Amino acid sequence: MARLTVSGLTKTFGAFRALDDVSLDVADGEFVAILGPSGCGKTTLLRQVAGFDQPDAGSIAIGDTVVSTRERAMPPEERRIGIVFQSYALWPHMSVADNVAYGLTVAGVREPERSKRVDAALSLVELAGFAARRPSQLSGGQRQRVALARCLVTEPSLVLLDEPLANLDVHLRAAMEREFARFHERAGTTMVYITHDQAEAMALADRIAVMDKGRVLQFAAPSVLYREPADATVAGFIGEGMVVPATVAAVAGGTCDVDLFGHRATMRCSARTTPGPALVCLRASALSVAPEGTGALRMRVTGTIYQGGHFRVEGMIGADPGVALHFTVPEPCALASGSLVDLAVSDGWVIPGRAS
Amino acid sequence: MADVAGPRGRFEDTALLWALTGVVALLSIVPLARLILEALMPGGAFSLGVIGRVLSSGTTWSATGHSLVVAIGGTLLATVIGSAVALAVTLTDVRARNLFVFVFVMPLMLAPQVVALAWIQMAGPSSPLLGALGLAPPLGSRNPLYSPGGIVLVLGVQYAPLVFLTLRAGLRAMPQELIEAARAGGARPLAVVRDIVVPLMTPPLLAGVALCFVSCLGNFGIPALLGIPTNYLVLPTLIYQRLAGLGPGTLSEIAVLSVLIGSIAMIGIIAQDFLLARRDFRTVAATAEARSVALRRWRLPVEIALWTLMLFTLVLPLSALAMTSLVPAIGVPLNASTATLEGYRFVLFAHDAARRAFANSFGMSAAAALMIVMIAVPFAYFGVWRRTRALRVMSLFTEAPYALPGVVLAIAAILLFLKPLPIFGFSLYNTIWIILFCYVARFLALGLRPIVSGYHQLDRTLEEASQIAGARLFRRLRTVILPLVAPAAAAGALLIFLTAFNELTVSALLWSTGAETLGVVFFSFQQGGDSNYASALGMLTIGVSVSLMLATLVFADRLPRGVLPWRD
Repeated sequence: MARLTVSGLTKTFGAFRALDDVSLDVADGEFVAILGPSGCGKTTLLRQVAGFDQPDAGSIAIGDTVVSTRERAMPPEERRIGIVFQSYALWPHMSVADNVAYGLTVAGVREPERSKRVDAALSLVELAGFAARRPSQLSGGQRQRVALARCLVTEPSLVLLDEPLANLDVHLRAAMEREFARFHERAGTTMVYITHDQAEAMALADRIAVMDKGRVLQFAAPSVLYREPADATVAGFIGEGMVVPATVAAVAGGTCDVDLFGHRATMRCSARTTPGPALVCLRASALSVAPEGTGALRMRVTGTIYQGGHFRVEGMIGADPGVALHFTVPEPCALASGSLVDLAVSDGWVIPGRAS
Repeated sequence: MADVAGPRGRFEDTALLWALTGVVALLSIVPLARLILEALMPGGAFSLGVIGRVLSSGTTWSATGHSLVVAIGGTLLATVIGSAVALAVTLTDVRARNLFVFVFVMPLMLAPQVVALAWIQMAGPSSPLLGALGLAPPLGSRNPLYSPGGIVLVLGVQYAPLVFLTLRAGLRAMPQELIEAARAGGARPLAVVRDIVVPLMTPPLLAGVALCFVSCLGNFGIPALLGIPTNYLVLPTLIYQRLAGLGPGTLSEIAVLSVLIGSIAMIGIIAQDFLLARRDFRTVAATAEARSVALRRWRLPVEIALWTLMLFTLVLPLSALAMTSLVPAIGVPLNASTATLEGYRFVLFAHDAARRAFANSFGMSAAAALMIVMIAVPFAYFGVWRRTRALRVMSLFTEAPYALPGVVLAIAAILLFLKPLPIFGFSLYNTIWIILFCYVARFLALGLRPIVSGYHQLDRTLEEASQIAGARLFRRLRTVILPLVAPAAAAGALLIFLTAFNELTVSALLWSTGAETLGVVFFSFQQGGDSNYASALGMLTIGVSVSLMLATLVFADRLPRGVLPWRD
């Protein structure tokens, strides 16, 4: 078990900044997700931590050992970490047992100790009867579990998971998600989980680092990301937050009064918030249809989408072109495209920093 | 915090990289550099005297002229045959395509000198085939193939598959929609070929033509069998005769001749490189399967034409060779009572040099294949997966000994190894090792290509996974990388084995007593007038080649597509 410290990591490919001054501090035994759209630099970061690439600036330390700097890098084979690859990367010419045993053989673990640990790892992933099979004879979920067993059998101090569920179908994902969580609980290993799926990240991670264009935008617990996004990009990316311009009036100990297109609402804010123009993050769950004549936020409905049991209502507020909003109303829904509706705003978050 | 751990694990990588660079430089750059040095500085001092003497000699220019005549003639014939067959087999719905491709490409995998003898046996006055039909020219008359026309004919048939393979790969890579769009626009099939196919296929066709020219120019076996009897010398046979007649004393002159033929070949190589941007269609076949034009009532005539071509260019010559191998003595008519396996018994069991040659050729071909795989697997690993720039540049140099005529490499090797080796104190010249060195140098490119395409088709995370598991480079190579590229490496090894096994050009210049190859023994049988023994030996080598080609079809499904030219 080991902590992972990434400081000021920068990597450029030609003119493209794949990693731009990335710093992360992952605690011992923590489960951290790196979340971002494709091309945000999360895979580059993983390859840096694994040692497949060397940084242009900054450093990486695993435990107390600096493993990567611009000048020197410890090769991947000496880092004693585990990776679960997106493609699983099971060796097709070896049996399931040989795949799992490989790391032990390399480390010089002898029989009967080796077989004992392989059997234990395979039964942990519930594949005890599959030791003699070839990877090609397994289903996608089974391959994933072999990859996991192979990675954990050597008890690495740090495990990297590169979009491990991307190649599985939807119902298998939920089952594997639970499996990863169970594992982390049992093994207590430090895990870094790369994904573009925020539901996965939310479900699994102690903390999530949201990345975009090679930078870490926010590194926090899932509920903090959701409730208190650090900037407009995170607010929009996580949970489909709506970023709306507003004016902060009075600030009082973690909450403040906000003027939202002439409508007054109380919202949460950071301690450093000062009165003035700002951006606020609204959630669909905080919007509801207000009773007539409460002087609420008026929205012009642009469309409704049936989502099974409820409708997603989309519309605009403010002068043309205005700001897009959406919320859900239970079935039946009388709101037609073009109609006007008054909204009550029960919650919101003032995004730190000035509105630009 | 502790400092970065020392770069222990990188040591293996660096050591292997330097070792590979050194070995490949020794195999490709050093011999050619030595040859050029000898041409410019004969005996160690700069002098243009030797160059002047060689270039003012009439023999040089008559051989150069002959070389150009037969190379250009052979190339033209190969182009006509190869492109017609490629169009018919690729674009139309003729049947039994796989079988036809296998048969059509076969001459490329057989020894040119054996093919030449087969033609001699078919057309000559002692032809058992023509004799049986009563069509043989009168005894004592000259074989019509002992002529420039005969050399052109056999070269053209031998190398038509090169044009075929290049053009066929180009045709398969062409988007099928281009043809369909023209057809939808109302163009008739011949108009489609004229307006769409020909303009698009000009670069691959010209590349095939250039490759064919270089091969015809460098061929030794065919002009040796068909030209030497009438003293019609081309550059490779002139070099051979000079070396055989005068020994290594005149090496400087021979070096100049080698540089001359190498320079002519370079024109073809550069043209081919330019046209294909170094894609070699012999081994990098396209993957798209072209949908074919229905020939309807023309299908049967086209099929008959294709197989008739095979009958005259392959089946009849090889039958004549088979029949000659069964006659008790040249001139004796072949029938049920005279047919004998004595020739086979003689070359297999009675003739000492032939017995040694079997061991030498099998051994050296297998050793060369094995050594090349051992070089090429890590070499291609660094070049393709690690993208090591030095090795990507080196891989261009590995092409030179293969692309240049074999005599060039052989003369370069003599110059390199004539003097005793430093430290060891003995000379490789006149030993079997100089031939093995040339085989490894010459066929390295042949093994490298399928292995390179193998790496391109593999997922590198398989290696990264073993790296993460803690495996250092040598262990990764042994336990993960080699098993994964094994099918491609086997294909490469097989191509090397087949080519080296049938090789004559290099060994004709480098053999010595005890170090004979099958090609050399075959050639000396034929030169000594023992055509029946030569035929028996030729039939045996053909049997080995065809069996190996057939055997590969068993594991062909596991190979990267297009690495075996005879498999469609």
